[in-house]
Amino acid sequence: MEFENVNLVIGGEAGQGLVTIGQILAKSLVRRGYNIVVTQSYQSRIRGGHNTYNIRVSTEDIKAPQESVDLLIALNAETVDRHRSELSAQGMIIADARLDIADDKCIKVPFAELADKKFYNVVALGIAGAVLGFDGRIITQTLETFFGKKDPEVAQKNEQALSESYRWATENDAFGRLTLAPCADPLPRLVLNGNEAIALGAMSAGVKFCSFYPMTPATSILLNLIAAAEQMGLVVEQAEDEIAAVNMALGASFAGAPSLVATSGGGFALMVEGVSLAAMTETPLVIIVAQRPGPATGLPTRTEQGDLEFVLHAGHGEFPRAIFTPGTVESCFHLTRRALELAERVQGPIFLLTDQYLADSARAVLPFDLKNLAPVTPVGTAAPPVLPYQRYALTDNGVSPRLLPGLSEHLVVADSDEHTSDGHITEDLQVRIQMVDKRWRKLEDLRSAVIPPEYQGDAQPDLLLVTWGSSQGPVLEAAAALRKDGQHVATLCFSQVWPLVEEQFLNHLQEAKQVVSVEGNASGQLARLVRRETGFLIPRQVRRYDGLPLTSEYILRALTQ
Amino acid sequence: MVSIEDYGTYETAWCPGCGNFNILKAVKQALVARRLEPHQVLFVSGIGQAAKAPHYLNTNLFNGLHGRSLPVATGARLANPNLTVIVESGDGCNYGEGGNHFLAALRRNIDITMLVHNNQIYGLTKGQASPTSDEGMVTKAQPQGVPSAAFNPIAVAVAMHGGMVARGFAGMVDHLADLIQQAIAHPGFALVDILQPCVSFNHVNTFAWYKKRCYELPSDYDPTNWEAAIKKAQEWGERIPVGVIYRNPRPRFEDHFPVLQHGRLGGQPVDREMLIKIMHKFA
Repeated sequence: MEFENVNLVIGGEAGQGLVTIGQILAKSLVRRGYNIVVTQSYQSRIRGGHNTYNIRVSTEDIKAPQESVDLLIALNAETVDRHRSELSAQGMIIADARLDIADDKCIKVPFAELADKKFYNVVALGIAGAVLGFDGRIITQTLETFFGKKDPEVAQKNEQALSESYRWATENDAFGRLTLAPCADPLPRLVLNGNEAIALGAMSAGVKFCSFYPMTPATSILLNLIAAAEQMGLVVEQAEDEIAAVNMALGASFAGAPSLVATSGGGFALMVEGVSLAAMTETPLVIIVAQRPGPATGLPTRTEQGDLEFVLHAGHGEFPRAIFTPGTVESCFHLTRRALELAERVQGPIFLLTDQYLADSARAVLPFDLKNLAPVTPVGTAAPPVLPYQRYALTDNGVSPRLLPGLSEHLVVADSDEHTSDGHITEDLQVRIQMVDKRWRKLEDLRSAVIPPEYQGDAQPDLLLVTWGSSQGPVLEAAAALRKDGQHVATLCFSQVWPLVEEQFLNHLQEAKQVVSVEGNASGQLARLVRRETGFLIPRQVRRYDGLPLTSEYILRALTQ
Repeated sequence: MVSIEDYGTYETAWCPGCGNFNILKAVKQALVARRLEPHQVLFVSGIGQAAKAPHYLNTNLFNGLHGRSLPVATGARLANPNLTVIVESGDGCNYGEGGNHFLAALRRNIDITMLVHNNQIYGLTKGQASPTSDEGMVTKAQPQGVPSAAFNPIAVAVAMHGGMVARGFAGMVDHLADLIQQAIAHPGFALVDILQPCVSFNHVNTFAWYKKRCYELPSDYDPTNWEAAIKKAQEWGERIPVGVIYRNPRPRFEDHFPVLQHGRLGGQPVDREMLIKIMHKFA
């Protein structure tokens, strides 16, 4: 029997190399043409504890994680204890024979006979590949590209551990026990998670400066930028704190480098005064907030969509902003580009709101057409229309011609105080009104650029599921499952939650018989925002706030309750 | 040829007799002495009466948040290493609210001149203790006297082997202008802590109080001697040394970034071919 869809979980302690083999397996599967959704669950520690690397593999287009487990690769006994109950009907366990797992679903592998302890994770990888009936040569090739050929001895031992595992699996009737159905000839694709896509998107848009203070789950955005910094001519600076990070980025942006900061809720809390400063000084800035459960330190390595309202209201005073909430890895790339373009265009703070689930979720992604994706247009070299130059000249759309300090004899003056057109501090209250109105005029452009929420399904459905950001995938899968059951279900997914333009979606809400919002938080923040902006009450909500991503199973269960 | 007039004359929001006037004068003299045109210089300031100073100069200016001048200046320097970047703000802004940034700037040794108007009091908020207020000083907010020890910026900067560490006095304008000039010329981080009276709120550390105590370092003083500098940095009270207290020729922060050798970041094109290569590493 062959399977179109297999959900496998690699579990063990931090430090056992489970992420490494997970990444190698994920990449091998994608190279062979399969689709994947990776979810990572880890604890806030470097060694020990219980971590999982979960790969859902399919011949079909999948959008979300799955709860039931078909193949559990247990690097320790705790993994079996924790996940045994999740096994599906065909579910199977791979574990070291010495763990003595009493379960007839367990393939007991004599790890010690197959390799040195250092290579146990590679043995697990090999057995998993064999159980899936997967071509071992592809895994070998991926291993090579993964580790390079830096240490020929290690490479050789890896290869040996892998071939020993395949040999053992074949001899012991484990090969092909969960054979994956074959795929059509694969197109070349990338294995990319949300944070990697953000980094690529930022560089393609021409980001030149980033400052950060390390914070899970945002850090890998910066690490990806740092890895490419020298080749791409950008500076990434680890600041002394998040307050410094946001102010540095503003300084760099003011001096002409397209800039971004990336952090999570607690770090963003420290940046908030800087958001207000970006708005007042009209300095372009992209702020990426990768959410994790709060309040305070919360669950540092888990996921949540709990900061929508925080990001929407962050910063004292009143000013326009835009908040993008990508729902897929591809969307992380494209919306980061859009955020950088928009920040330069409207000269102010623009947000990208993601979460731990999406940040760490690797998917198979077609390469981006980087040749034809232009970076943002550099500013600051045109001659000023009026002399002497006025940084905050009053204009119809609220955006003033921007020059950069030091590039011409024109002086550029920016001020966090209320200021005159030439940037100098003022307490003239008429000027105050003019400047407030000027800044708010940018909202028109922001509204005209809003990405409409994506509606899928028939008009006037019996049930409309409304969601935002990374919960899009589980919602689409839940809707598909309900349609299979013959129900009339539609979905409305927001990849931008601010500004809200009701003409883009209110009719869908009004036409559905029942509307349910689905969010990864405890209070239904999007539902509340929709009501505030449109008056439409979404009467029923599915919420998840245990630190794990939504799944279609979770949504379906909640809907039947 | 640039002149004092090029830097303009403005009406100010300062009290008559404020030390800020002399500091502004010295800053202008130093800029002209360095032959810097107004557009070649970026001032970054925070909040407070001192932070208004660059508004009274023809120059590029980012007047940001309270305490956050140094990070903004750091970002601007890294984005455009051709700019001469000068931070100008008060003791509360730079040593209180922005204390962590002060330490980080010393560690980085980024090529920024930091001018701190130090009047040992909060002026704009009307007379509370500042980090540099002497222990025991009575204010409306500290009626029993300041309970904390004063922050010694010179000692901290020397202890951390800062690039250039100097103290000036607003009552010695030419001497101060010379210090500022040296600070701008110094390739690395340069602190000029400038003692000044606050005529409205500090009735202890008055112009006469400083004038009586401030003395120029002798010509045989060697600012490259760290041990001597750390000792000199402790001198406060009856006699207060002014001048360059410490110098350290360590490499600038900017020199660690090869991309900055190619000029300002925004002027460097996006290498799309290279990015395609980077993307394909994920295949």
